[in-house]
Amino acid sequence: MFAQWHVWNSLLRRLHGARLRLHRLYRGPLLGALLAAALLAGCQPLTSPAPSETATPTPLVLASHDSFNISEEVLARFEREHNVSVQVLTLGDTGTALNKVILSKDAPLADLFFGVDNTFLSRALAADIFEPYASPLLAQIPDDLEMDPQHRLLPVDYGFVNLNADREWFAAKGIPLPERLEDLTDPTYRGLLVVQNPATSSPGLAFLLTTIDYFGEDGYLDFWRGLKENDVLVTDGWSEAYFSHFTVGSGGAGDRPLVVSYSTSPPADVVYATDGRTEPATVNVFPPGSAFRQVEFVGVLKGAAQPELARKFIDFMLDVDFQSDIPLQMFVYPANPNATLPELFVKFAQVPPDPVIFDPAAIEANRERWVQAWVELMTQ
Amino acid sequence: MLEVRTIHKRFAPDKEVLQGVSLTVEPQEILCLLGPSGCGKSTLLRIIAGLERADQGRVLLNGSDITETPAHRRNVGLMFQDYALFPHLNVAENIAYGLRMHGAPASERRRRVEEMLALVNLEGYAHRSVDDLSGGEQQRVALARTLAPNPTLLLLDEPVANLDRLLREELLEALRRILKRLHVTTIFVTHDQEEAFALADRIAVMRAGRLEQVDAPAPLYRRPANTFVAAFLGFRNLLPILEWRDVHAVCTPIGTFELPERDAAHPAVGARLLIPPDAAVLDSAPSSAAHVPLVGRVVAATFRGSVFRLQVAPEGSKEDSVLYFEFRTRGRERLPVQGEPVRLWLDTAQMCVVKEA
Amino acid sequence: MMQAALYALPILFLTIFYLYPLLAILRVSFGASLTEAMEQASAALRAPGFWRVLWFTTWQATVSTLLTVLVGLPLAGVFARFDFPGRGVMAALLTVPFVMPTVVVAPAFLALIGRNGLLNVWLQRLLHLDAPPIQLEQTIWLILLVHVFYNVAIVIRTVGGFWSTLPPTLAEAAAALGASPRRRFWTVTAPLLAPSLVAASLLVFLFCFTSFGVILILGGLRFATLEVEIYRQAVSYFNLPMAAFLSIVQLFFTFTVMALYTRVQARLSRTLRLRRRAFARRPASWRQWAVVGLALAATFIGVLSPLVALAVRSFTLGDGGPTLIYYQALGENLRQSAFFAPPITAVRNSLVYALATLAISLPLGVIASYALVQPRSRWAAILDPLLLLPLGTSAVTLGFGYIVAMGPLRASPWLAPVAHSLIALPFVVRTFLPALRALDQRLREAASTLGADPLRRWWTIDAPLLLRALLISAAFAFAISLGEFGATLLIARPDRPTMPLVIYRALSQPGLMNYGQALAMSTILMVSTALSILLIERFRLPQGEEF
Repeated sequence: MFAQWHVWNSLLRRLHGARLRLHRLYRGPLLGALLAAALLAGCQPLTSPAPSETATPTPLVLASHDSFNISEEVLARFEREHNVSVQVLTLGDTGTALNKVILSKDAPLADLFFGVDNTFLSRALAADIFEPYASPLLAQIPDDLEMDPQHRLLPVDYGFVNLNADREWFAAKGIPLPERLEDLTDPTYRGLLVVQNPATSSPGLAFLLTTIDYFGEDGYLDFWRGLKENDVLVTDGWSEAYFSHFTVGSGGAGDRPLVVSYSTSPPADVVYATDGRTEPATVNVFPPGSAFRQVEFVGVLKGAAQPELARKFIDFMLDVDFQSDIPLQMFVYPANPNATLPELFVKFAQVPPDPVIFDPAAIEANRERWVQAWVELMTQ
Repeated sequence: MLEVRTIHKRFAPDKEVLQGVSLTVEPQEILCLLGPSGCGKSTLLRIIAGLERADQGRVLLNGSDITETPAHRRNVGLMFQDYALFPHLNVAENIAYGLRMHGAPASERRRRVEEMLALVNLEGYAHRSVDDLSGGEQQRVALARTLAPNPTLLLLDEPVANLDRLLREELLEALRRILKRLHVTTIFVTHDQEEAFALADRIAVMRAGRLEQVDAPAPLYRRPANTFVAAFLGFRNLLPILEWRDVHAVCTPIGTFELPERDAAHPAVGARLLIPPDAAVLDSAPSSAAHVPLVGRVVAATFRGSVFRLQVAPEGSKEDSVLYFEFRTRGRERLPVQGEPVRLWLDTAQMCVVKEA
Repeated sequence: MMQAALYALPILFLTIFYLYPLLAILRVSFGASLTEAMEQASAALRAPGFWRVLWFTTWQATVSTLLTVLVGLPLAGVFARFDFPGRGVMAALLTVPFVMPTVVVAPAFLALIGRNGLLNVWLQRLLHLDAPPIQLEQTIWLILLVHVFYNVAIVIRTVGGFWSTLPPTLAEAAAALGASPRRRFWTVTAPLLAPSLVAASLLVFLFCFTSFGVILILGGLRFATLEVEIYRQAVSYFNLPMAAFLSIVQLFFTFTVMALYTRVQARLSRTLRLRRRAFARRPASWRQWAVVGLALAATFIGVLSPLVALAVRSFTLGDGGPTLIYYQALGENLRQSAFFAPPITAVRNSLVYALATLAISLPLGVIASYALVQPRSRWAAILDPLLLLPLGTSAVTLGFGYIVAMGPLRASPWLAPVAHSLIALPFVVRTFLPALRALDQRLREAASTLGADPLRRWWTIDAPLLLRALLISAAFAFAISLGEFGATLLIARPDRPTMPLVIYRALSQPGLMNYGQALAMSTILMVSTALSILLIERFRLPQGEEF
């Protein structure tokens, strides 16, 4: 892939020379200017710093989903230490990204992939795209986060999908926060909840799974029928639910004081506050059985160009440095308990008392049926 | 100068618009392609200009074969019926367009545009927008634009068809004057025989993709090759020939006429007798032996200024056929009125036999 | 020969970057088990949900299109016929909704007409009402409204652009023949506008047909489209055969609609004497001023007010005070993220892609248009529907196709302008084609006989006369590229973010600062879009001033 880049580069440099001739050819400014501008501007990012002669860093490619983030400094440390230049490719949301990696099995896009979560774990393992790697750092990771005994996928972080509520709204209206999931079908909570479509959104699916866990396969549809009659709002993704409809996230434009979000949303609300508030406007609500644990995994891709470096990167990801970077970069909990948690996390990101821990195999086996039944019910 | 050899062109399998047309135009000659609409005359013009490809046949200009030469390298000027002036350019820019394409320097272009504007009597119009011109002015700009690059051959497609009658005659005259002064070889296309006679050195009459007759105006008028040409030139008195009495005498529904010697080559079948509208005199005394009398009744009489026209139903003719005649007006005489019986003298010397087309 | 090679270019482009990846993913999807796929297909066809979804998709697209035309046509007329202060800026602003991500537009709408929205609060206070008078949330009306908001620019610009080049003498002739203004419109102007109107409707229909975000954000789950179903099958269940089958259904459907429309459009075209300069004059009477004022007010309320609301919010703190902190935050790497890019970099990246998109889609679109107007052209039959198909193709499916088929190019940032061009091409062609069809062939012939070779003929005759259409095409192509968020379709390079990418990234975590940054970046996106479009439209070809 990188060889290809150099071919592109030289090709474009030659085009760059041709630009002058082209310019003379087009005496009219419109096309000429546009063409030249496009070529000139287009060349800029491509002809960026030529690798220095002394020690060309080895390229390492990490594929991930849209939400992947890392501190510049932490990443730079790894790059310096191993003389590596890390190229990150984001491939869409979690599901899309995984599917792209599976589809490119025969000609891998990257050396390693981060971002498989427990709802997609079975599919990822079944696709047979990861090399086992028993990182020595796994010793520091709690056993209940490890879900693949063959160590093809190693846990990096975890988080919880659960209900968030607008504290002030509920206080002002004098309505108590819901204490049981069943409360949500009560007329008191009519038109207050916004959730995500489990067919297109990962928190949406997580919430659906908790209801299946709580009400059982026989009961969850009745619950959802109740929600539907109680005017639940469904959006296709988390951002739309949170920023368009949730009263806090939308700054008052929305009219839903209850949203399916993450247990780490309250600290984010403080970190990204604009009024210097020290207390989040949102609170986690944990009716029994309503929080879903999500674990994210990383693995070395089969056919990786740099398997050795990829393994080093995994060690790096599981080590304290990167792990301590995780909370404020991706707003999830580090898998490694030795990592330092920021104060805000300790204060506001409560861990739900009884999170639902779903069997990945059951998810993969039943997802289509469950979601399908849900869709049928909700679109009737 | 220009030679067109057996041009064939079909637009659809069953629609052959040109069926082997051959034509030669002499240097400095004004040739007119005359024919009804749809006869293929415009297509022929477009093939000569290089805007259309012939299926068969060649086009030679000054001896060299230009059949395959694209339009822009032929230096053949074409003036369109609706002028096709460039709406985004002003008068001067329109006229200078061809010069620009031929790479003439700016000073040369400026000089030539002035010259052309003077030629077509439009001095001072250089910076007008073409949208603001009258029809006649547009026509003259179009002519100036076509002439500006000094085309080897000038093609005019119905150059005055879009103008009113008065303007048309004025412009035809101006056109002829300009063309003759510039000595430019010209083909022009029209469906109007008056225009053709006014402008052309020679006229080629076309019908359904073929040339029917190519001749100078006078011989063409006097001896149309067939009834189609005759009819197209405006002749309406084409009498069926019932039989030949002898070598000279033809029997028609209105009587038998003794023709002069030169028309003796009578065709065996399918011919008609043409009596030109001006072949009759109203006066009682015949001026020569060639005149034969015709008695009839006036069906219609119209006064046309210098001439007047009569439609006469001959006495005793079986069908209710009508003959058309034209007489010069002389102040003193009384014009016949409708329904009045009338006696005419027909000049057999002006009659001729034309083939059935 | 040269011509054939030229006309083959757009087909080649579409083959490599559209057909090939699409066929590749279909092949991978169906794989060995074609029979299995067929079984699933027939199961899908028997499911009542499928037909419901297809019916709803078609229905909402049709109604949205009709409404958009209804709203857009009078506005197009005002823009085409009248010259008024701020006309150019207004026209540029109208293109802005086009680039706005639904995630930021939806709250803007809710902030205006939601239950707690500005308009409702005002009306409640004004009329002393107990309940908000406007209750559109979760109704089909809100979806339709937002569809009109997004697409009205297509009608105004495509039809208006064409309208402004129509010679006014035609309507004047009708007036002289005793036609009332209304009859004048229906008997003369409307038939002449028909080709461009059909073209615009077609694009609007396709956009609404494949609408995805708008419907789910605003309408909830009750209104699901085919596109959502494809995503669900492809991503959630990884049921590629089913996703492929549904993609084919969607393609088939769009293809049929398009084949129909393009035929109608070709038949409607007439040759006209197009004018180079748009015919627009100052309103002459108070009635005309009133018409213009009314149209502008409507445009402002319907299209611009959500945008203005959005921009205002980007300068407002939560409690109402004015602020610049969101813009400052954009320039500061708060998280010390490795993928941080200052706004100027994001703007630059976006502009680079947009220019590259222009450089690809404009020449290809123009060439394709010429291929389409060739009389008795064999190209037209293939090219015309083919050009429109990318608009009706599921982004997820094509994105997977790129992964399977594009080899080393799949991670290249240069794939972005290519993908943007696929979406921009139909706009370029649909905007350019009606004008091209209307161009009098005799003008070109006259130029030829005057010695202009094909290239110079194009440059001196076609280009200046078609300039308006060309610029509007360019504006669309540019805007499409600026606003395109290619995450689903392509592999993104987080270290080289574009404006939409920065917006989406900000919106991936809670917190008002994130939301504010998204608003700030959206405002920058709006402004740079409007400026770019203004700039594009300021381009003028040199005329032969001297002769």
